[in-house]
Amino acid sequence: MDLIRIRNVEKKYKNGVTAIYDLNLAIEKGSFVFVIGGSGSGKSTLIKMLYREEKPTKGQVIVGGLDVAKLKNKKVYKLRRKLGIVFQDYRLLPKQTVFENVAFALECIGERRDIIRTKVLKALEDVGLKNKVHEYPDNLSGGEQQRVAIARAIVNDPKLLLCDEPTGNLDPEKSMEIMKVLESINKMRGTTIIMATHDKEIVNKMKKQVITLKDGHLVKFKQKGTYVE
Amino acid sequence: MKPFRMLGRSIRDAVKSVIRNFSLSLASISCITITLIIVAVAIIASLNVQNFTEAIEKDMTIVVFVDNDSDEDDVKEIEKEIKKISNVEKYTYQSKQDVKAKMQEESEVFNTVLNNWNDEESPLKDTFQVKVKKIKRIKQTAEKIEKIDNVAIVRYGEGMVDKMVSAFSSVEKVTYGIVIALVLVTIFLIVNTIKLTISARKREIKIMRLVGASNITIKLPFIIEGMILGLFGSIVPVLIVTYGYLAFYKHFDGYLYSKLVQLIKPEPFIYQVSLVVIGIGILVGMVGSARAVRKYLKI
Repeated sequence: MDLIRIRNVEKKYKNGVTAIYDLNLAIEKGSFVFVIGGSGSGKSTLIKMLYREEKPTKGQVIVGGLDVAKLKNKKVYKLRRKLGIVFQDYRLLPKQTVFENVAFALECIGERRDIIRTKVLKALEDVGLKNKVHEYPDNLSGGEQQRVAIARAIVNDPKLLLCDEPTGNLDPEKSMEIMKVLESINKMRGTTIIMATHDKEIVNKMKKQVITLKDGHLVKFKQKGTYVE
Repeated sequence: MKPFRMLGRSIRDAVKSVIRNFSLSLASISCITITLIIVAVAIIASLNVQNFTEAIEKDMTIVVFVDNDSDEDDVKEIEKEIKKISNVEKYTYQSKQDVKAKMQEESEVFNTVLNNWNDEESPLKDTFQVKVKKIKRIKQTAEKIEKIDNVAIVRYGEGMVDKMVSAFSSVEKVTYGIVIALVLVTIFLIVNTIKLTISARKREIKIMRLVGASNITIKLPFIIEGMILGLFGSIVPVLIVTYGYLAFYKHFDGYLYSKLVQLIKPEPFIYQVSLVVIGIGILVGMVGSARAVRKYLKI
């Protein structure tokens, strides 16, 4: 069953630049998909449209049954609660501990304290950081900080995890650690993962579905694909 | 339960923010305090003036003198016309015989003089004593009565009443002007305090939005912060109202200058004024923060 359906989508920014041209895609539930392409290929725009940071100029983007383009600003939270988002720059709160950073996602949606505790500890266990709950982000390595961000993204059991260049700031070894964490989340929790990257090595090693974009056009959509320039 | 949890969280966040931006919060609280002290004094003064005006109003009477050559039917006609005027609250009629009897009772000299006059020679006239509903319209009411046929003279202490009414209304206008100006300055300061809080928490707001916090969840802590500033700012004014007015009342023994200018009894007056002052403080805080949220919190 498709979790995401994109039909005839075009995205044109106010400055006149078109980032996506006539895109058609269907992504199944539980899949792990890489979105690759060079700078300006439209990777980030595609990810941003999936979490409704950007609206398509034309066409339909349906995520988990919600038509993203038609979603009003004040209703965006309904979509965001169904997905987790991970960024290259982690976006953690430096004055809060690892536990508090992850719990923040649940506090914001009014979850009960006992449930928050259980879910946060489970998420931190899944990313291998259960022993760092009281640490502050600044005392952690880049890889660990990204794992905290992943824990925060999955703590609410989302159906979809969007990752925008999550390994962009990490060395190859730490990058592979992150990929292992993401792969295990995909397998253990059944979370659909869409990851924008330009890391050739990772894509080639993981052998997952690959969407290749070039200058805003879909060039290829392959099962067990590799990174092709 | 969920709304209560969210409210609890918002209050916690708001208190944290007030403490975190302490110097700025203190500036806002000080400004609210000064404004509310003036507001409180204005309220107390205005209510006391109102109280005192009402007391005078109760005493204020229009005396209508009927023409000497009027007969009983004419008097009835005058009465009918007075009754029609909307600002007339009540009236009483005294014939010149009643007036004569009353005066004779009051003084021996009057008694002797009045006994020497028969009804034709008597300078006394039949009168109506008219009480009005609104003292501000006493002049118009007197003018209307004056136009009625067979009315000789109308008296209501013209000069004194006019001056008093216009003096009170000028004082009222100036006070309202000062209060409005101060409230506006305070709102402006609160807007700036909340603006800085919003900018300090930009990162947090972005993350909240990403993890699915609703707009109200994001905005509420800032609105509550404004209300807390208002509440803290009302503490000193409330103390001043409570203890200051009690001391003032005791010092003057409940009267200002003469027994005519009676002060309002402190209880429950000071508690009512305190509640109003707290209410205004919270409201001003809320308006300021809501304005800042609308203007600077783009989500």
